[in-house]
Amino acid sequence: MGIDLPLIWAVIIAFAVMMYVVMDGFDLGIGILFPFFPDKRDRDVMMNSVAPIWDGNETWMVLGGAGLFGAFPLAYSVILPALYLPLILMLIALIFRGIAFEFRFKSNRTKPLWDRAFSYGSIVATFIQGAALGAFIQGFKVAERGYVGGAFDWLTPFAVFCGIALVGGYAMLGCGWLIWRTDGDLQARMFKFMPRIGLAVALCIAIVSLWTPIAFPKISERWFGPNIFFLWPVPALVLACVVLLIRAVKLKKDVQPFLLTLALFILSYLGLAISVWPNVVPPAITIWDAASPPESQGFLLVGMLFLIPIILFYTAYSYYVFRGKVGDDGYH
Amino acid sequence: MIFGMDAEILARAQFAFTISFHILFPAFTIGLASYLAVLEGLWLKTGKQVYIDLFRFWLKIFAVSFGMGVVSGVVMSYQFGTNWSRFSDIAGNILGPLLSYEVITAFFLEAGFLGIMLFGEKKVGKGIHFFATCMVAIGTLISTFWILSANSWMQTPQGYEIIDGRFFARSWFEIVFNPSFPYRLMHMVLAAYLTTAFVVGAVGAYHLLRYKGNEAARTMFSMAMWMAALVAPIQIFVGDMHGLNTLQHQPAKVAAMEGHFESHKGAPLILFGLPDRAAGETKYAIEIPKLGSLILTHEWNGEIKGLKEWPKEDWPNVAVVFWAFRIMVAIGTAMLCIGLWSLFLRARKRLYDATLFHRAALAMGPAGFVAILAGWFTTEVGRQPWVVYGLIRTKDALSPVSVEQVAISLALFVVVYGIVFTTGVYYLLKLMRLGPLTSTPDGGPGEARQPMRPLSGSDIPLDKPE
Repeated sequence: MGIDLPLIWAVIIAFAVMMYVVMDGFDLGIGILFPFFPDKRDRDVMMNSVAPIWDGNETWMVLGGAGLFGAFPLAYSVILPALYLPLILMLIALIFRGIAFEFRFKSNRTKPLWDRAFSYGSIVATFIQGAALGAFIQGFKVAERGYVGGAFDWLTPFAVFCGIALVGGYAMLGCGWLIWRTDGDLQARMFKFMPRIGLAVALCIAIVSLWTPIAFPKISERWFGPNIFFLWPVPALVLACVVLLIRAVKLKKDVQPFLLTLALFILSYLGLAISVWPNVVPPAITIWDAASPPESQGFLLVGMLFLIPIILFYTAYSYYVFRGKVGDDGYH
Repeated sequence: MIFGMDAEILARAQFAFTISFHILFPAFTIGLASYLAVLEGLWLKTGKQVYIDLFRFWLKIFAVSFGMGVVSGVVMSYQFGTNWSRFSDIAGNILGPLLSYEVITAFFLEAGFLGIMLFGEKKVGKGIHFFATCMVAIGTLISTFWILSANSWMQTPQGYEIIDGRFFARSWFEIVFNPSFPYRLMHMVLAAYLTTAFVVGAVGAYHLLRYKGNEAARTMFSMAMWMAALVAPIQIFVGDMHGLNTLQHQPAKVAAMEGHFESHKGAPLILFGLPDRAAGETKYAIEIPKLGSLILTHEWNGEIKGLKEWPKEDWPNVAVVFWAFRIMVAIGTAMLCIGLWSLFLRARKRLYDATLFHRAALAMGPAGFVAILAGWFTTEVGRQPWVVYGLIRTKDALSPVSVEQVAISLALFVVVYGIVFTTGVYYLLKLMRLGPLTSTPDGGPGEARQPMRPLSGSDIPLDKPE
């Protein structure tokens, strides 16, 4: 039996994208929370809490993008033109946000300007990521190995809803992160914020979970056919996470809320993977259709297998170094 | 069509614009990384304070440039899909892995040794820190290796087979080490070194013009001028070999560079003129008889093919290639002159108090960047109308996106790059103006200086206090 390279690559890219979503998710979430926390000292603490790690978090997006081009060039060449304008906007938003992050620390008079760039950049980038996800679930019009739809095919009520939902989702992750990393007054306000944002996100998950099977018969078949016997734990666990999250906030637990928001994201991601599997470009291109030949996938796999453990190790190390609560002036 | 431009020309303009911005930062950081390794090595060997002062000074500038390079590089890695998706599908099996390796190397560096290099001076031993600096320098070169391998393959493809109109890899060794790759790699790495040398030289000259006794300025100026004197001649030699390689594999490009429309035996060297693509001749040409043949074939009467040997639809934009090539050569010559001038002054022990020379070196500060851009325009515009030379035309590589989308995104990039990189370059110039000998506070927990964020390697404020 041979090695199923496309499957290995699908797992690697899915893993990279998931790492990106949860990790850049909470630091984008901090930018989304900015309008609710206008005080300069609060903002300093919020940004300090992710300052050492956000750059590393974005590494995963580049890894996912480069991996997609290397291993599934067909998917890369269909999805990117289909999402042309939103992707360009997202890159620009991320550039602004990244630069704002750096120059905010070096600026005095221009600080409010960089604050705004950081906040708007985070919100726009997140909304587009959510909308792109919605568009991905909807699927793309493909003929002769190329995208044949229009420039705004992605812009549907469903995609817009996914965009808004993700803005809420990342804000929730950011809130969970700050509960863990801050203390005192700011933490107390984050505790107050969490149930509201948590329930809103839970509602969004419920709506998407109903919307997709109604709008897309294939997804309905996947979930409500005989598969339901072993797929039912996914929605059940989502429900359990929401209940536990509310409880953890009531009991003023430090770490639990963040872990539970992470669990909510991972479960939703898993649900999404179940819905679209084995397509890399819904509705019809599978990972095996889009895979580059084994000599290409194998050639690149060597480098990836060497790199991923190192990135994981270094990431874990920098999180370890910067553990603990953040004060006004940084880490205690 | 928008303003008479179609999606192809706009997508090409977008690629040219974004990569021209991008290439400046990596080119500078490739040279700077090696320079930093040399400075730290000299400090470890001699223990002289001036070397570590210079190291810390240039490290800050390296950090900001590296950050800018990463930001502009992310855009590049998506552009193959957004604007050139047909190309990504047709050639993805070969270029996908090569480009991915480039990205992987760059990020491996950022994840690994860059943090230690920027922030670890007081946290790890001297030996380990020097090792990290060397690894960053080697890593930038490995990154260059992959990206130039991919680019060279598009110029001189081999090691592939075409099945159903798509490329498949047959031999990775042949693909990676394609015929133009060794020359292009050498030419680019030396260009990066020269660019850095002239920036370092200009900063040194600037501070010498203010105060001739500035020891750090003297040291960096002297090092930069040694580099100019030694590397500029080597670069001209390597450039010539690269040109001969191009003549062998892409003779139409060389014809455009030389402005030859007709084939001749004993062809002249056209110094200047106005290539007229429509008329098929170079007007008002100032020529040196026979020299063109001598340079390219090493024979007085060697034959040089003119563009008319090929159908007109296979010609590149002759004027752009012709002029870009001349700008590059002119700057290369000016660099050689600066190098020779420095040797002359050094022999007379007047290197540090020749004001006119310092002004000239200051003016030459940005020369390397201009030369690199001119060189890239020569080779890339010269590759047209092909995206993979002789095999796929650029117009068949385009994404199926509308001209409006390409126009909007191009406009957005121009505005955003304008803002972001103006701020970045302003900040870099500010750092350079301040000069060495500013003390560096400790990094670590609670400080604005944090590992993983290259830009935080510098702590100088961007604007005035409130």
